[in-house]
Amino acid sequence: MKASLAIHRGQPDATSRVETFAIEFEHGQSVLDGLRMIRRDQDPSLAFRFSCINANACKECMMSIDGEVDYACTARLKEGTTTLAPLPKKALIRDLVTEIAPPDERLERSPRKR
Amino acid sequence: MPPEEMTPLETDVLVIGAGGAGMYAALEAARAGSSVILADRSLIGRGGATVMAQMTVAAALGEQTPDNWEHHLADTLAAGRGLCDEKLAAILCEDGPRRIREMDGWKVGWAREDGHIKQVQAPGHDRPRCVYVDFLSTGPAVSKTLRTRLNDTNNIRRIGDLLITDITVRDGEAHGATALHVSSGRIVPIAAKAVVIATGGLTRLYRRNSASANMGGDGYALALRAGAELIDMEFVQFFPIGHLAPRLVGMDPIMWDPFRYKLGGKLLNAEMREFEADYATRDARSDGRYVLTRDLATYAISKEVEAGRGSPAGGAYLSFQHVPPEEIRRAFGPVVDRLAANGIDLARQPIEVAPIAHYHMGGIRVNETLESRIAGLFACGEAIGGANGANRLSGNAITETFVFGARAGHHAALRAMRRPMPSPDVAGPAIDFLRSAERRDVPNTAASIASLQALMSDNVGPFRTGDKLRIAIDRLAELQRDVGDRPLSSSSGGFDPVLIDWLDLRNMLLVAQAVALPALARTESRGAHQREDHPGLDDVWEVSQIVDMTDDRLNIRAAKEMAAA
Repeated sequence: MKASLAIHRGQPDATSRVETFAIEFEHGQSVLDGLRMIRRDQDPSLAFRFSCINANACKECMMSIDGEVDYACTARLKEGTTTLAPLPKKALIRDLVTEIAPPDERLERSPRKR
Repeated sequence: MPPEEMTPLETDVLVIGAGGAGMYAALEAARAGSSVILADRSLIGRGGATVMAQMTVAAALGEQTPDNWEHHLADTLAAGRGLCDEKLAAILCEDGPRRIREMDGWKVGWAREDGHIKQVQAPGHDRPRCVYVDFLSTGPAVSKTLRTRLNDTNNIRRIGDLLITDITVRDGEAHGATALHVSSGRIVPIAAKAVVIATGGLTRLYRRNSASANMGGDGYALALRAGAELIDMEFVQFFPIGHLAPRLVGMDPIMWDPFRYKLGGKLLNAEMREFEADYATRDARSDGRYVLTRDLATYAISKEVEAGRGSPAGGAYLSFQHVPPEEIRRAFGPVVDRLAANGIDLARQPIEVAPIAHYHMGGIRVNETLESRIAGLFACGEAIGGANGANRLSGNAITETFVFGARAGHHAALRAMRRPMPSPDVAGPAIDFLRSAERRDVPNTAASIASLQALMSDNVGPFRTGDKLRIAIDRLAELQRDVGDRPLSSSSGGFDPVLIDWLDLRNMLLVAQAVALPALARTESRGAHQREDHPGLDDVWEVSQIVDMTDDRLNIRAAKEMAAA
């Protein structure tokens, strides 16, 4: 089966663009599987967060999928076009990566020195 | 543009990795009076293996049935097939109950029965010894409990998105580390009086694995480059019945074991015939209920697939069709609904399973204070080697995160009290190295990682031969040449996935060699290391192998003189 992933890309100080990637997939594969395929076969510079891959334990792969906030590891790929964008209410870092850490677990928010 | 460097951070104790071991180390170092930085390359308490653990935790509590830590030790040593570091294994078993009760006091929620903590039987244990949190929630509950404790503890600074690239060593002592702040792209020098590596294992070296994407052996590579030793690196544990098909999302691939245990799930080949008994005669340690231990079950499934009797996706069937649906519901609880959402109805269909890289017995060689050969460089959890020998007893992984985490944190704090704050200036070479990153389009770093994983799975998997291991070692050298010795980047700014991949490849390639070389040297089969060209135990090999690095070359040697043949 064939899917198109239309992905919002960019960094905070630049205009974002939408790039579309065509991938082949098998029934049951996740959006995160598709993103990892794109990095491996087409463009390794595509940025997105994930850690646990499949278990929905790390909660890092949250993004906007066709306008709804969801986890890329549990959302399934579908035929036709799926639009992926960074989380709308979080600060953009790059592509699908946003600042999702709690404020007191960030480098910047920590007191600089004891 | 080279990454920008920022003002150095300072701390008494730097803990690298915020899984169970790292969080426990941070808590215990702070309890002993140290300031702590707890750094993780992803989110605090979210990455790593602990959060993924769905299974049981072994400790001789004596709640279910009378027990003593020495019985637990005897089982641990037997599972380790003669290679356990007995002192570390004794610490693990003796200290386990105290930490399990401490976690109980912190309201982790161990399952209870008739007013006591429930302990269940797990393979390789002589009695019911393993605690858990229902349903399949042990890891998430442990992580949440430790995260809550961290929040309530002063003097611990938690920093996510901080990828440690090198330990700073001067005159044989750890002085801190250099980090890449992933989300800003900045270089962060960290001065520390003591450093604790708690980065977990290396299962990411394999195509199919049960741990997080950040378990690429970072800590082993950091330790090697710092001058520390690794031990037992050839022993990678494969979990026999990792989920294979149909595609299952939102669940840990090793979820089937407790159910198989509770309900007696049947392993079937393509002819829908049970085959475990065909291999059971090979297993002197079979306990009757669990027909085969992990290493033999892995062997049996692999051999059925090789003989053309594998399931369509290349594994074995696991069937619960003989179990009444109400019993399935009682055992699986809400998991039944999560399976249904994946289109799986266990009463109507078998699922497919196959061996999956699960845990690493080997790791950083440490003494009883969890300190490596490099003064001030400590390690804990899956990152250390020795306690589990050639094969880990089920249930010991989470126990060791608590026990060794706490112990490493405590001793790191004691050391920090005796030292002045080191100067961060000595981190210069590691900073220059990161600054030397260059933009190149080839190789595709994500594809290189996939190649490395395929190479390791095909040639350094559970069943090895001299020929395959030599192929692996040659091709690792080729991959190393392709990847180069200067960091690659794709652009400036935060979260450059190419730079992150390149730094991961640097570690993964080094660690892959540190597995393949001792695996080639060990011409016998023991525990998780099975050589098809050298079947069976060989008494002269009842000895651990040590790996270290000088002038960018790995050296392998036996831990003690080998017995006469």
